[in-house]
Amino acid sequence: MKPPPFSYHTPQSVAEAVALLGSLDNARLLAGGQSLMPMLNMRYAQPDHLIDLARVAGLDRIEGRDGGLEIGAMVRQRSVEFSEDVRRLCPLLAEAIRFVGHRQTRNRGTVGGSIAHCDSAAEIPTVCAALEATIRIEGPSGWREIPFREFPAGYLMSSLAPDEVLVSLYLPVWAAGHGHGFEEFARRHGDFAIVSAAALLETNKDGRIARAALAIGGAGAAPVRIDAVETELVGRAGEREAFAAAADLCSGIEAYDDIHASGKYRRHLARVLALRAFTKAWSRAVGGPA
Amino acid sequence: MRGKLVGSPVRRLEDLPLLRGRGRFIDDIALPGMLEAAFVRSPHAHARIDGIDTEAALALPGVHAVLTLEDLRPWLVNEELVVGLPSASYRQFRNRPVLARGEVVHVGEPVAVVIADNRYIAEDATQLVMVDYDILPAVSDCRAALVDGAPKVHLDAEDNLLAAFDMGYGDVDAAFRNARHRFRETLHIHRGGSHSIECRGAVAAHDAVSDRLTLWVSSQMPHSTLRVLVDMLGRDENQIRVVTPDIGGGFGPKLVVYPEEVVACIATLKLGHPVKWIEDRREHFMATTQERDQYWEVEIAVDDDGRIQAIQGDIVHDHGAYTARGINLPQNSGESVPGPYIVPAYRMGAKLALTNKIPVTPVRGAGHPQATFVIERLLDRVARELGLDRAEVRRRNLVPASEMPYERPLRSRGGVPVVLDSGDYPRCQQMALERAGWDAFPARRRTAHAEGRHIGIGCANFLKGTGRGPFETVTVRIGTSGRVHVYTGGTAIGQGTKTMLAQIVAEQLGGDVGNVTVTTGDTAATALGIGTSNSRLAVTAGSSAHVAAGKVRDKLLQVAAGVLDATPEDLEIDGRDIIFRPQAGRIANKKLTLGEAAHVLAGTPGYVLPGGMEPGLEATEHVIIDRTPFAGGTAVAEVEVDVETGGVRIMNYVLAIDSGRLINPQLVDGQAVGGTAHGIGNALFEWMAFDENGQPLTTNFADYLLVGACEMPRVEVLHQESPSPFNPLGVKGVGECGVVPAAAAICSAIEDALAPFGVHIRKAPISPPEIIALIDEARRPSAAQYSR
Amino acid sequence: MTGTTRRISVTVNGTPRDEEVEVRLTLADFLRKRLGLTGTHLGCEHGVCGACTVLVDGMSARSCLMLAVQADDCDITTVEGIAPSKDVLHPLQEAFRDHHGLQCGFCTAGILTTLVEFLRDNPSPSEGEVREAISGNLCRCTGYQGIVDAALDAARRLREAGGAAR
Repeated sequence: MKPPPFSYHTPQSVAEAVALLGSLDNARLLAGGQSLMPMLNMRYAQPDHLIDLARVAGLDRIEGRDGGLEIGAMVRQRSVEFSEDVRRLCPLLAEAIRFVGHRQTRNRGTVGGSIAHCDSAAEIPTVCAALEATIRIEGPSGWREIPFREFPAGYLMSSLAPDEVLVSLYLPVWAAGHGHGFEEFARRHGDFAIVSAAALLETNKDGRIARAALAIGGAGAAPVRIDAVETELVGRAGEREAFAAAADLCSGIEAYDDIHASGKYRRHLARVLALRAFTKAWSRAVGGPA
Repeated sequence: MRGKLVGSPVRRLEDLPLLRGRGRFIDDIALPGMLEAAFVRSPHAHARIDGIDTEAALALPGVHAVLTLEDLRPWLVNEELVVGLPSASYRQFRNRPVLARGEVVHVGEPVAVVIADNRYIAEDATQLVMVDYDILPAVSDCRAALVDGAPKVHLDAEDNLLAAFDMGYGDVDAAFRNARHRFRETLHIHRGGSHSIECRGAVAAHDAVSDRLTLWVSSQMPHSTLRVLVDMLGRDENQIRVVTPDIGGGFGPKLVVYPEEVVACIATLKLGHPVKWIEDRREHFMATTQERDQYWEVEIAVDDDGRIQAIQGDIVHDHGAYTARGINLPQNSGESVPGPYIVPAYRMGAKLALTNKIPVTPVRGAGHPQATFVIERLLDRVARELGLDRAEVRRRNLVPASEMPYERPLRSRGGVPVVLDSGDYPRCQQMALERAGWDAFPARRRTAHAEGRHIGIGCANFLKGTGRGPFETVTVRIGTSGRVHVYTGGTAIGQGTKTMLAQIVAEQLGGDVGNVTVTTGDTAATALGIGTSNSRLAVTAGSSAHVAAGKVRDKLLQVAAGVLDATPEDLEIDGRDIIFRPQAGRIANKKLTLGEAAHVLAGTPGYVLPGGMEPGLEATEHVIIDRTPFAGGTAVAEVEVDVETGGVRIMNYVLAIDSGRLINPQLVDGQAVGGTAHGIGNALFEWMAFDENGQPLTTNFADYLLVGACEMPRVEVLHQESPSPFNPLGVKGVGECGVVPAAAAICSAIEDALAPFGVHIRKAPISPPEIIALIDEARRPSAAQYSR
Repeated sequence: MTGTTRRISVTVNGTPRDEEVEVRLTLADFLRKRLGLTGTHLGCEHGVCGACTVLVDGMSARSCLMLAVQADDCDITTVEGIAPSKDVLHPLQEAFRDHHGLQCGFCTAGILTTLVEFLRDNPSPSEGEVREAISGNLCRCTGYQGIVDAALDAARRLREAGGAAR
């Protein structure tokens, strides 16, 4: 299992990377390589050109912007894991990142790579769905931003045009004191989730739910945000029945069969994990900042 | 025997180079001018080959040859690997051709080989070899294979029945007629691949001056490989040397001789360059043998006390597409169902079905985990139906110590009587139960239930015939350097064989393990050898080493007595010296080194050897092992089941084993725990999936799940040391003790945890989605009635 | 720069190396075949088994999932480089000997390098943390128990040595 032959390019800027994508046939971007390299070794991917983003300046920063958190595409998952900003502003991501692969893959794997790979079972995209992240993309005619829900185009397929580069991710930050819960069921520690659930809750002065969000990863072709939980939960008092009703909203989601699990089992897990994620989020919301 | 060294946790001889990254595994061998091979493999489970076009591949720069069977023929006197163990039960013979011969019968079957400057280019070229396949119907499920009208695995076959046999004893029909209770079960046990972390590999080189072919191979049985090469290449034994470097795990499939090894030899003969082939993981999933499915229909007859009256049943066994070993797996399974229990009457029939899948051969445990699962599921059923404690039902049926040795009217595949040699099975079970807190479990369960948690406990007894004979060769030689050299036909695959043999030999030759060098698995060093399988080396090679070292010791003392003018009784071997320690009245402390003693027997031209002794300070032994020592014991597992996700966590695991005398307790524990990890995989994780067309669906480590450190509980290993009377050391094999009872114990514990739902487990492995499905099914009212 | 070969500068186990490599050559094959450092092993070549783990700028990484060209300007440590000298073992290596932390030894290099990093980051780990740290390394022989015991013991030895051995 050895990679097929290709040419290798090391652009120094995003513009240069975009230009290379535009001028070369059958080119692939290389970020951390933790998904692409296995595909190369197994020759499932056979690009003629590999464009390594490692030398592109400016893609490796985590910084606050407009009350949210901007994470460069080449930020290593490991840096997210140890980022004080992430832990403070986006504890959901801090919790989820611990489920991403293993120490050795987090050291190399990048945030942008994980999103662009579009694996429905991956944790970072599920967090993006829950938080309604914005994806910043650069192409030949400049940059554009799209909501995360428009980013996946199918199973392991993004909506990036062939000459576009994902440059960063923008995560809106929830109010201080919000509660978060990330739950997943994987066969072994560090495996891709069969199903994951990311939940967020904000309370108002009366201790009632002011805002709620839920995303399910691993069930369908892409992580899905269950928007209806907002209507179901806002104004309620955080009782188990409320969360169970919200979790029941997962019953109808798209879910696929594969060798590991049936769609039926995935939908079942989505309900179970959604309830657990909300329960955890609630205890954190009422217990103050996690 | 027990001595200063034998029985103590001596640090391993193997470790230092391995820890420093200085091991030498097959892929670490690099020879001048060496080329690398990659195989073109069938993507279809069954197809006729209408043509192979190698032109584009040959034209690729860096490619030296693209070979098909046609190209190999000039070097072959026989183009099939004939390796099947003898049996009268075969209905057809299905040997593997060295490369595909007009028909492919499983995905991954080698069709052609590319030899290139390096593996990268070789893989490039395999993509350019155009094979014209005419796809044929394939059969994947072994039960479907035996149905009339099923697609034929081989075009020229009448049907897919490879072999069939019956075994048993006693009047089974009468026992069932007269029994108070009869319970029937339909069980499915799946095992998977071996997945040594090192895949297979071979390096072949030919010395044109001496016309000698050398094959380095990651094999458990280099002597078998040599015999196959002699048969196929028509060369003499002394023109071929097969040698094993460090081996990164075996676990069964490396005992098989494979086509790729023969192809590497021919490629080097043809091209005049050394040729290396290293299997990659995807190939390992498609071209290395596996153990897979057995479907059992079994019935047990018991009296009111739960005492077994008889067992009968039938097995359908997935054999794969070829015979790469024989009928031994269902033979082992059938033979092992009675295990450590008294079963007065027994009948088991087996049908071996050909399927369009990778050949099936032993993986660690070799048919025994399945048999253990079957008998232990039956006993749980008996306990449940009769309202008895599961451990008590077992205790009542175990062969008591007073009956040892206990002969069962069964014969092994080689006609060896089944005689359970030694041990106190009920005591071993008791030891495990006590350590696992079996009696206090109901209280733990109540606490857990109060917290909404579902926990369960299960136990399984097992027995494993080990140390299969007839012998293993060991030579012990003291060189003039004073070093002790040990040579064996057995192969070191990571289990600590070198340390084990060094301990046994050093025990008698000075006590310094560091002064012993052990050479394993080299046909140039030992002409006769069997190799590593069936937990056999401590028994077979250990016994030979013990006897050979004793003979060398006698000779050494005789030489030294002559030189030092002493009697052997006044001599002591200490490290590299033989020291004269007189009983009384004489001047002490004259000494002779081992090297000096070796010089005496090395001979000097024209001088007679002292005392009419035979030359050479050495001895070669092949102690005949014609009776099988049975290792066995009890596993107790405690699990928690998440009834919402189906997730299983093993909270506590105790394994009490009787593997006879312990040579090195630390190594024994390592084998027991490592085997348990494999067994946990078979209980919960490892599933080699194929679709209905024979396409393998789990061909990487993300889909085929090996147990990781977080899934593995701490295993407590307890020992009962009952020496086997069948060999001079009193040892029994331990390599498979961990794996055999694991799935049975864990599935019992899961069923126990799910007792409130009335769930019954009839297969292994059992996955979380299956557990949820079982709970759902049991919750449906009609199903609940059915399960009563 | 483009092309199918490229010059790279890397420091491997303290020795600077300047090599022309094919761009598709994996870091694992570069170490094993070009530099002859065969202590790093390939068990799956798709990033799951962890046998090929090396330290890249002090951080554990799977060398089958890196191209040699990606290691340009990096400092690489392989299993051959973790002992302080020819005659002295790293405390982890010592502990592996004492606790039977290896059998066939094929996965060992990747586990040692992973643990070198882990114990540097977390000098007083719990058993659970050790298990999580090596969850990306598959071992078929040991059942991990000897490895976990060795890691915990090595942590103790390293703490007692005051972190003098790195």
